[in-house]
Amino acid sequence: MNEPVLEIRNLNVDYGLGDQAVHAVRDVNLTLHRGEVLGLAGESGSGKSTFAYGLTRLLAPPGVVTGGQVVYHPERGEAYDVLALSDRALRRFRWAETAIVFQGAMNSLNPVHKISTQLTDVLRAHEPKMSAHSRNARAREMLRLVGIAADRLEAYPHQLSGGMRQRVMIAMALILQPQVVIMDEPTTALDVVMQRQILGELIELRERLGFSVIFITHDLSVLVEFSNKIAIMYGGRIVEEAPASALYHDSLHPYSAGLLSSFPALRGPRRELAGIPGSPPDLKGMPSGCSFHPRCPKVFDPCAGNIPVLGRPDTPDGSTRTVACWLHPIKEPVG
Amino acid sequence: MTIPTSSVEQSIPGQGAMAPTGSSAPVRARRRRLRILSNKKAMLGLIVLGIYILFAIIGPWVAPYDPDAQSDDLVGPPSAAHWFGTTHLGQDILSQVLVGTRGVIVVGLSAGIIATVLSVVVGLTAGYLGGWWDDGLSALSNVFLVIPALILIIIVSSTVNNASSGLIALIIGCTSWPWGARVLRAQTLSLRRRDFIEAARASGEKTWRVILFEILPNVTAIIASSFVGTVIFAVTSEITLAFIGIGGVSNWNWGEILFWAQSQQALFQGAWWWFVPAGLAIAFLGTALSLINFGIDEFVSPRLRSAGKTKLTTARGHTVRMRVGFTPVLDNSAAPHTHATPTPAVNLDGATPVHRKEATS
Repeated sequence: MNEPVLEIRNLNVDYGLGDQAVHAVRDVNLTLHRGEVLGLAGESGSGKSTFAYGLTRLLAPPGVVTGGQVVYHPERGEAYDVLALSDRALRRFRWAETAIVFQGAMNSLNPVHKISTQLTDVLRAHEPKMSAHSRNARAREMLRLVGIAADRLEAYPHQLSGGMRQRVMIAMALILQPQVVIMDEPTTALDVVMQRQILGELIELRERLGFSVIFITHDLSVLVEFSNKIAIMYGGRIVEEAPASALYHDSLHPYSAGLLSSFPALRGPRRELAGIPGSPPDLKGMPSGCSFHPRCPKVFDPCAGNIPVLGRPDTPDGSTRTVACWLHPIKEPVG
Repeated sequence: MTIPTSSVEQSIPGQGAMAPTGSSAPVRARRRRLRILSNKKAMLGLIVLGIYILFAIIGPWVAPYDPDAQSDDLVGPPSAAHWFGTTHLGQDILSQVLVGTRGVIVVGLSAGIIATVLSVVVGLTAGYLGGWWDDGLSALSNVFLVIPALILIIIVSSTVNNASSGLIALIIGCTSWPWGARVLRAQTLSLRRRDFIEAARASGEKTWRVILFEILPNVTAIIASSFVGTVIFAVTSEITLAFIGIGGVSNWNWGEILFWAQSQQALFQGAWWWFVPAGLAIAFLGTALSLINFGIDEFVSPRLRSAGKTKLTTARGHTVRMRVGFTPVLDNSAAPHTHATPTPAVNLDGATPVHRKEATS
């Protein structure tokens, strides 16, 4: 659990070049450990998806990675920087080492091909020596793992429900047994029952297969339940990162507190749902200092002037979490 | 409701949702109106087409000679007196090309306009209204589809004595619309069940309004390309007619120049100046129209625009290749960025070979 599998160091992603560039992700540092579910939460436009696409180099033009390293530690062998890979190496790396399930992934299936064709196609490309029989067996097994009857292998996408298609996409992401699975709001289009079921299965699969997950969502309540660690993004930066329970019970950054007070708890005393006033910042004209300060209920002198550094706070559990807020003086910066 | 245009605007990076709001509003409005001109292809095409139209208007006046006037300089190569040389009768080819421009442009553009209007009316009506209208109009366009335009023109112009260029334009226009109508009908069929059309209908918009303001902007690219295609077709048909000796003898069509060049065996005589100017005039006109077509395509669908521009240069002089699936990486060190450096500098070792042991936390 303590072994890192993916280290993101000072990742910067821009849209556009030169003076016109919009800095969508700024100096993000994150470490994903083996077997961990790392949740990434934030409002729309906070840079979550850009971050995920940037670190896998999947960002469409005019997206540009302007700096940073994404260090991947394979199960065996030397660690390497994903951003420095050649095109060939990157193609080999993708799917086999890191798979991604996209936003609205259930519409990613090709409507004119059977599920079996689409599942085995991956194996044909990445493991050409595999026989047709064993390819089929693997596809069958993957479908069973995500809770779909194996006879659905011969179905066309339109014959499956939305939840089943989403499961097929997850099966497809896992078929090469990658070490890291990035999920970009994979269940947003589904109802809550289906969402819970799929996420439960995903966690179970993770325990069995031992991959790590970066889970991106704007639904913090899902993360509290399913992830080990949660990172909160705002205005392209990580503002707080903490173990899920620590963040839920004792969030340090006012923005995290605002997000947490935006959804009701199932048990416990009734409380007022506060939400966060205002709207996310315009990435083209970021506020000075802490980008959250115009909306922050606890804003004070230093906030408008200087950008707070992400670092370990001076609290009893300070060694396990980081925060970037002037309210919480930090002992040591991370980065 | 102008959903289509606004959605196009929003998908343009940096122009739509992300553009700063407020004080810069009038500036943005002006930029939007002139944006088609900022496209280099469209601009070049429009300039070339403008030159053609200019010569179509002033051609007969600026022509140095009467194109029919004969002189003693027979099959003369380009010279100071005759820039494009002379024919076997000593006629000035430059004057013939200049005088011929008007007929070609008039026939081409008017046939294109006639055909485009017909195809839009028939295609959108058939596609949107469906049912009896669709059946009737589809049958009509299928009938027109099998009428061979060129042969019809040959028959008509042999019965009508000295067919005018207006009549030729009318015949070409009336026979070349069905392809465009078919494409537009198919596109309209796929558009009419989209949510924004349903919403327009549900909110009580009139049928003509739905067709004109909701569907029409979505098919601009198709209309533009079918217009350009028809103009090219009309120009080549007219030139073909003149080349095979049908059509008015009095107006000096480029096809007629080619006809005489062919019948007098200009190539065999080595008189390249006889057919090259007319041929190049046709080629440049076609190129200009195609460039305008590309420009409109890119204007309507911004994704095409960025697809063409794959290489960009950054401020620091790096050349970056933009490709889908392989996001360019400008700086591959782990040092924090200048534009975003938090106040206390953080010490980092950005060495590339990374070992698992030195990982943090």
